[in-house]
Amino acid sequence: MLKKFVACALSVALVAGFAGCSGNASGQGGSPAGGAAGGTIKIGFIGPLTGSASSYGQSSQRGLQLLEEQTNKAGGINGQKVKVISVDDEGKPASAVNGGQKLINSDKVAAIVGPVTSTSANSLAPICQRYNIPMITGTGTNVNITKSGDCIFRTCFTDPFQGKIMAKFATDDRKAKTAAILYNNGDDYSKGLAEAFKSSFTGTIVDTETYNTGDKDFNAQLTKIAPHKPDVLFLPDYYSVVSIIMKEARNVGIKSTFLGGDGFDSPELFSIGGDAVNGAYFSDHYSATDPSKEVAQFIKDYKAKYNSDPDAFAALTYDAGKVLFDSIKKTKSTDANVVKNAMKAYNGQLVCGNIKFDSDRNAVKAAVIIKTQGGKETFYKKFLA
Amino acid sequence: MTFVEFLQQLINGLSLGSVYALIALGYTMVYGIIGLINFAHCDIYMVGAYIGFFAATSLHLPFIPTLILAMAGAGIVGVLVERIAYRPLRKASNISLLITAMGVSLLLENGFNCIFGGDPRSYPHDILKQTNIELGPVHTDSLHLIILATSLVLMVLLQIIIYRTKIGKAMRATSADKDAAALMGINVNATISATFAIGSALAGAAGVLVGILYNSIDPYMGIQPGIKAFTAAVFGGIGLIPGAFLGGLILGVIETFVTAWYSPLAGAIGFIILIIILIIKPSGLLGKKVSEKV
Repeated sequence: MLKKFVACALSVALVAGFAGCSGNASGQGGSPAGGAAGGTIKIGFIGPLTGSASSYGQSSQRGLQLLEEQTNKAGGINGQKVKVISVDDEGKPASAVNGGQKLINSDKVAAIVGPVTSTSANSLAPICQRYNIPMITGTGTNVNITKSGDCIFRTCFTDPFQGKIMAKFATDDRKAKTAAILYNNGDDYSKGLAEAFKSSFTGTIVDTETYNTGDKDFNAQLTKIAPHKPDVLFLPDYYSVVSIIMKEARNVGIKSTFLGGDGFDSPELFSIGGDAVNGAYFSDHYSATDPSKEVAQFIKDYKAKYNSDPDAFAALTYDAGKVLFDSIKKTKSTDANVVKNAMKAYNGQLVCGNIKFDSDRNAVKAAVIIKTQGGKETFYKKFLA
Repeated sequence: MTFVEFLQQLINGLSLGSVYALIALGYTMVYGIIGLINFAHCDIYMVGAYIGFFAATSLHLPFIPTLILAMAGAGIVGVLVERIAYRPLRKASNISLLITAMGVSLLLENGFNCIFGGDPRSYPHDILKQTNIELGPVHTDSLHLIILATSLVLMVLLQIIIYRTKIGKAMRATSADKDAAALMGINVNATISATFAIGSALAGAAGVLVGILYNSIDPYMGIQPGIKAFTAAVFGGIGLIPGAFLGGLILGVIETFVTAWYSPLAGAIGFIILIIILIIKPSGLLGKKVSEKV
């Protein structure tokens, strides 16, 4: 009897908990003073703090928290403290939507930095647009994200741009005549890069193969690619997948140069893929060896706080936050319409280069090509499309 | 497709299939004895991979002790799951049990995600040297052969345990009629615990082997192979040990050839073929039609 009572009590409590959440969700969103109450400006952050892309989410969060600390030390924004409220979306679109609604409706944030991954950003963007909450992603590279409306900004380049850059790099720098592509059919990011590469590559695409999210055995596809002996193999996906693909590709006897996008950027690439990942080239937003003073200062501050080197995700999200904070500061307002207009007119030198926005609210900037060698990422060259 | 390519893809398919077979053995064994589709099986596989990971990285154990520790650990977790979640529901309907199994599955996945984080982790590179093996124009690697051999050996071992030992006899008796078995002096609880221990230990072994093969483990690693292995078990004739082995290999081969033919349809067409085979032979490849007792 007691057992049953406890079980009932627990389930009632659980249901009540959920009801509480949805109760808040029906509240009014997008009030003009949103986030400015009580002397603090609340900013939401969404990213995969756990899950297969967690190293991106955690780096991004660190970048933003560094900016939060610096801003508050310097007296906050117009005398108000900044408070970053983080939500974990595990890299899943549904969790990003739930988390975003929580930030907007129950935490009453003034704006959202993120989501970190493209798929999540794509699903949250229409919601931010509907509630009129500015959303600025530092890392969501899928082209459709900012098409949701004038509330949505991005401080990185887009997938088509990356695919185009790598196609050009393959011909100009690697002198490649033939290429093969292996991409994830169920992922916006992977598909976006693959399609752009395919349409921009001036040589011959000898084979295009796909796989699904969660696959770990790529031998069937790679065996099919191997006899074509392509000069380059383009692998537009995240580190946890491409590291396995590169390992299997070398086992199958593929000798092509591996090319990829910013998804390669993680120290985990080497711990999973071992020697097979050395000698690959990928496009990225930033390199720690860039001589500019913004980069040097950022690396110094980041190291002082976290005792580790920042990756591109940390730098990009730091930049995204900076654009937002500067715009709030400049306009002395957290009103979405005012902040939006200030961001549209933004022009400033940040960690990942000079940033201003085009008419689609996408950052206009150059790419960095990084080479993997000796178990490390090294700066190769700056590359313009 | 040239003949060499065909042979190579066949080898790829058998390699992939041996992973499915290894996991399918545990599914089918538990089903055969207590008639439960243990959805948590694929998460025990994940738990085994994690135990192996910590044995290899924190305790610096070599391969064989790592494997044994993972099998023992997974076996204990399997027995605990049965004791805590399934035994209290033994008299309840099958559906309740099935939903409980899904609950345990989600609990293990998200619990591990919460405790250890979702970052993929990798086994030490030197734990089991992976060497390429050239067989004329085609090639495979040592690890795939080890996995194939392990599933084959375990299949034979399971058959021996079930048909040649006392505990196996008790398992078969329990499977036929729990109450009658209890009346004959068989300790039904102990027998079911033993079934879970063996099935989960197999999953643990699979977890370590696959963890080393792909060199990446995460809390959700069991979901996809779990679905495939379950399909393989049904396809081979659920409850039949050789069926699980055969089903796993065939599923791997079908999937590989469809992928090689047109990769975007790999998942869909592979399963359509399975559905067609199951329409023709509903009890699976090796299954015999058994009339329900009323």
